[in-house]
Order: sequence, then C-alpha cells, then structure tokens
Amino acid sequence: MDKFTVLTAVAAPLPEENIDTDKIIPARFLKTTKRSGLGVHAFDNMRYRPDGSENPDFVLNQEPYRKAGILITYDNLGCGSSREHAPWALLDFGIRCVIAPSFADIFNNNCFKNGILPIALPRAVCTQLMEDARMGGNARLTIDLPRQVVVRPDGSEVPFEVDPLRKKLLLEGLDDIGQTLQHEKSITAFEDRRARAQPWIPRIVLD
Amino acid sequence: MAPRTLFDKIWDSHVVETLPDSTAILYIDRHLVHEVTSPQAFEGLRLSGRRLRHPDATIAVVDHNVPTSDRTLPITEADSRNQIETLERNVKEFGVPYFPLLSARQGIVHVVGPEQGISLPGMTIVCGDSHTSTHGALGALAFGIGTSEVEHVMATQTILQKPAKNMKVVVEGQVGPGVTAKDIMLAIIGHIGTAGGTGHVIEFAGSAIRDLDMAGRMTVCNMSIEAGARAGLVAPDETTFEYVRGRPFAPKGAAFDEAVAYWKTLASDEGAHYDRVVELRAEDITPVLTWGTSPETVIPVTGTVPDPATESDPSRRAQMQRMLDYMGLEAGQKIAGTPVDVVFIGSCTNSRIEDLRAAAAIAAGRRVAPGVRAMIVPGSGIVKAQAEEEGLDKVFLDAGFEWREAGCSMCLGMNPDRLTPGQRCASTSNRNFEGRQGPGGRTHLLSPAMAAAAAVTGTLTDVRELI
Repeated sequence: MDKFTVLTAVAAPLPEENIDTDKIIPARFLKTTKRSGLGVHAFDNMRYRPDGSENPDFVLNQEPYRKAGILITYDNLGCGSSREHAPWALLDFGIRCVIAPSFADIFNNNCFKNGILPIALPRAVCTQLMEDARMGGNARLTIDLPRQVVVRPDGSEVPFEVDPLRKKLLLEGLDDIGQTLQHEKSITAFEDRRARAQPWIPRIVLD
Repeated sequence: MAPRTLFDKIWDSHVVETLPDSTAILYIDRHLVHEVTSPQAFEGLRLSGRRLRHPDATIAVVDHNVPTSDRTLPITEADSRNQIETLERNVKEFGVPYFPLLSARQGIVHVVGPEQGISLPGMTIVCGDSHTSTHGALGALAFGIGTSEVEHVMATQTILQKPAKNMKVVVEGQVGPGVTAKDIMLAIIGHIGTAGGTGHVIEFAGSAIRDLDMAGRMTVCNMSIEAGARAGLVAPDETTFEYVRGRPFAPKGAAFDEAVAYWKTLASDEGAHYDRVVELRAEDITPVLTWGTSPETVIPVTGTVPDPATESDPSRRAQMQRMLDYMGLEAGQKIAGTPVDVVFIGSCTNSRIEDLRAAAAIAAGRRVAPGVRAMIVPGSGIVKAQAEEEGLDKVFLDAGFEWREAGCSMCLGMNPDRLTPGQRCASTSNRNFEGRQGPGGRTHLLSPAMAAAAAVTGTLTDVRELI
C-alpha cells in the first residue's frame, strides 16, 4: 500500500447522494482475479454511452477532472455491495481521497485498506469544496494528513477528523495483517479459553 | 454488570484484545468464501507465504458467477469460468472445505450457511459480501467485509473493528394478508432511509418479527445493509433452536443442549441501552414495492409515484427526476398496472423454500402473462430438491415459469441472467440500483408473492387481489 501524507490534486465534484458501489464499479467488471486495471471501468455506466463512447457530460470525462486525485460527493458514498473493487477502481483511476458528508461503513473501511483517505465533512462544506473544484485547472485542493486539514485554493483551511490508528497506517503505508499477527499470543489464548468454555462449537470438516 | 444488548453480548464474548484507540481484535467463528471477492485475498496469502489459520472454520461455495442453466454443459463465459476455476485451485491449495458447482449443497452462500448449520446463534460470521447480514436472523453477529479483510480473517481468524452503536427496530402487531417479511423490511428501509442504520447494528424485535419463521427473519436481516446498518440481528428463540436442530454441521445430542443453554443467555437484557429506537406498527404495513433506483424509494402497491416538485433541495430534486427518467415513470402515476417484462424470484433475500411456496401459491392454476419472462432461481440445490419433492417445480413449469439451478443469478447479473436496456423487472432481490440487473435494466423490489402476481398479470399488481 502506498503511503498517504500530503496530496495536492484536482478535485472532481459529483453532487449526488447514495452513490453505490455498483455505480462505482458495475458487477460485470468483478470477474477479475487482480486488484489492478479497474480504473478504466470506474463509473462505467455513467462514464460511457451504450456504444462505448465517452459521455461528455460526466465529470471525469472533462478537463481538468480526467486527472482528478480527489472526489467530492454528497451523503452515503459507497453504499451497497461490499466489493473492494470500488476503491480499487478509484485508486486505479488516480483517486487517493474521497470527501463526502458521510460514507457507508464497509466502503469506508475498504478505502483505508487501500491507501485512500475518506474525509467526512458537513454537507455545506462539501458544497463549498465542490464550488472550489469547479474553478478550473488551477483550483487544486491540498489534503494534509499529518496536520488533518484540507487547504482550499484561497489558502483557507478546513480541519477534519481521522481515527489515530488509521492515520498511522496511512502515513506509514502499512497493511494490518502484520500488525495483528503481533498479537498472535492473545489470539491463541482466546482460542484455548473458548475451546474449554464452548467445546460444542463444531469444526467444519467435509467427508 | 450493566444490562447489555444481544449485540453487546456477542461482541464482548469475541474481543481478543482491545487496542489503545478502542479498536478491537474481534475473533471470527465462521468465514464464508465465494469466487468473486476471494481471489485477491488468496493471492495475498500466497505472496506473503501465509496459510489459513482455520480452514475448519471456513467454507467456500461458488454462487455469483455460476450459470443457472444446464450444469452439465461447460461455462461459456470465459472470465466467469476463470474465477470459478481459480477458487477451485485456491481451496485445494489452502485446504478449504468447498461445495463445488455440481454438489447438491451448492447454492447462494447466505442460503447455504444457515441451511447446513454452519451459521449458528451467538457466532461472529463474516464473508466478502454485504448480504452476510442475513445470518443475523440466527442471532449471530454477521457482516460483510472487503477483500483485504477477507485476507486478514484468513491469516488471523480475527478482524479489526470498533464497536457499533445499538439500534432497535420494533415492529409490534400482526400483519394483514399478503404482507410478508419483505414488505416489513422494505417498509423499515423506506422509513429510516438507506443511511438510517449507518454505524449501527440493528436488532429487530417486536411481535411481528418474533412471529416470522426463520426464512422471514433472514429476509429482514438480509436487507439491513440496504438500511446502511453494519448488521441485523434477531434474538434466538425456540423458532431458531428448532430450525438449527439436526442441521448437518450443527452440534448434536448433549452438545446441542449445551449450545441451546448458552444461546438462551444471549437475548438483550431488560433495560439495555439502545442509541436509537424506531417503532413501526405491523397493521400499518401493506404490500409495498420500490419505484426508484434506491432501496429507500418504497411506496405501497396502492400508491402513486412521487413528484420531484415536492422536494425542496435542488440536488435531491434533480436526483429524483433522474430516477424517474431512468425508471421510465411519470410523477403522480399509479404504480399498480405498470407492465413488466421480466419477473425474477430468487437471490439471498428471497430464494428459500418458504419463498418459493409463497410464489407457488399465487402461480398455481394461473399462467404467466404473454410476453413476460418469469424465472425461479432456488437458493441452493437443497432448496431446489425440496421444492421438487413438494411438486412446486411442476406448479411453476405448468404456469410458464422457468425453473432454474441455484445461484445469485439476476440479482446482480454476473452470469448470463441479465436484463437488457429498458426492460422492467419485478424482482425479489435486494437492490434496484441503476444497471444492477443489467445495464439499463429497471428493477422494482418486492416480495415473492407480489412477484408471482406480477408474472401472472403482466403488471405490478396488489397481490391481495389474487389471494
């Protein structure tokens, strides 16, 4: 996983609520056995017309948003399916940060696991940042994770909250399996305790 | 000790260790694996030289991609075939118990788990699929996870998570004729919205929930995710214990009695704290369906399509109009009488034997309307066999329905079962998102009985007219 420290990038405004993970990456593209290569299909149904040509009305088909590194939406971004293909598609497109008033729980988790920073900000602030994003190619936002602020094009700063453990993992680019395995003794002790307390829990063994 | 909820009790009994920022290392009892969200996780294990910590707490099935037509023929879609073959290689390499495509026990992972007694009350259950919430019907804490977490569970048998908030949804009273678990749950989602449960685990309670059979409880818990909740739960009771008794992987004999004694301690304590409580009266719930492209767009089948002009927020108004345009509906039109092209009865929400019986009761002695394609996709090979033993297949085939093999099918159209652009579908599945059942497809979510009613009349119909 790539580290996330300070990101300065074009932000794409997508002023919709309840953007579900089917919209971010439709199910027909989930047949891959890899994590990479999904960017071309990010928002496929919105981004392309039935004949496969680009839909010029869709924000990510417009300049400067083709190179967006930040996506701003309204409430409940990433609802629906748990598919991690959604953050993989965003990441492969180039999105490292998503900003919305709220996120669906699983999508929120999946973003952090892939080095994408989800930032929750009030709806009115999201609207302001969308206005910033519409100001053209030089209107970049800076996401300063160490200081936990979004820097607007006019230099003003919007603070945001992030869970300390998750911040640490993002800053260091760590995956958490290694981290959890440092607690392996506790896991083994837990398993021993339970085997004694609830010996009836069956194991799954097929004949 | 302070009074605790069902969720608190299951959570507390699975915390291995709490990290300084209150994140818990939570022990996982059951990990369900399918072909779509696992290949990258197995690959991750391979690259880091790790193994599964507990293959004997894991079960794999193929469901999302599988054809629901003749299984003796080769799978024609190359990338689907590749995903299935990849799972088969992975389960062999990592020693994971697996129900293959041609096994009678194959089926949708959320039908198979409870059916086999693999999912049990009081357990923590995860799967790389958001509808894992289904298993909460047993009184288990069950939730969907992403692929990175799938790999984490494989390697450590734990997950990192912060405790959820407690929400209780109480439905008291008795539902009227033609009103099913699906109607109850859609009514709840319509009431609280698709983000209404975010950050919460919902415990469903009240007499209308207790009166549901296990299939109905699974339908309710299944769609907890459509209300944004992390999981749904129903307290285990005699209905639960009778359901579990004798299932292939459930404890037997004295072990079962010991398990029941423990399961009886799980119900929420008197006075336990809920962060939010929502109450609905069962008598107020009618047969319902969705009109738009979000599961919260619920209206009674007797109702009309809402008018965006009544919405004051401009972005919400625009979004409503987009839904109407996408769905090919007019503001103010009566929803009943809208013609359908396809009827899909299946999915992890509504493909159990009880669902098929409810649909068959409406289909019996009637014919699928001309021009309508109506499909029945049982949730598992076991459900299919049971239905055939009861003669339901004959009822459906005589009425002109297709009788197919088990799988996720047209719920998400990863296999060839897809809508074509503009087709309107009465569907017992769980999501009506744009393009969910095929690009350009239009989905109305409803109960199996309502779906059968749509099939035989050719239009969205109040099932009560056919009872």
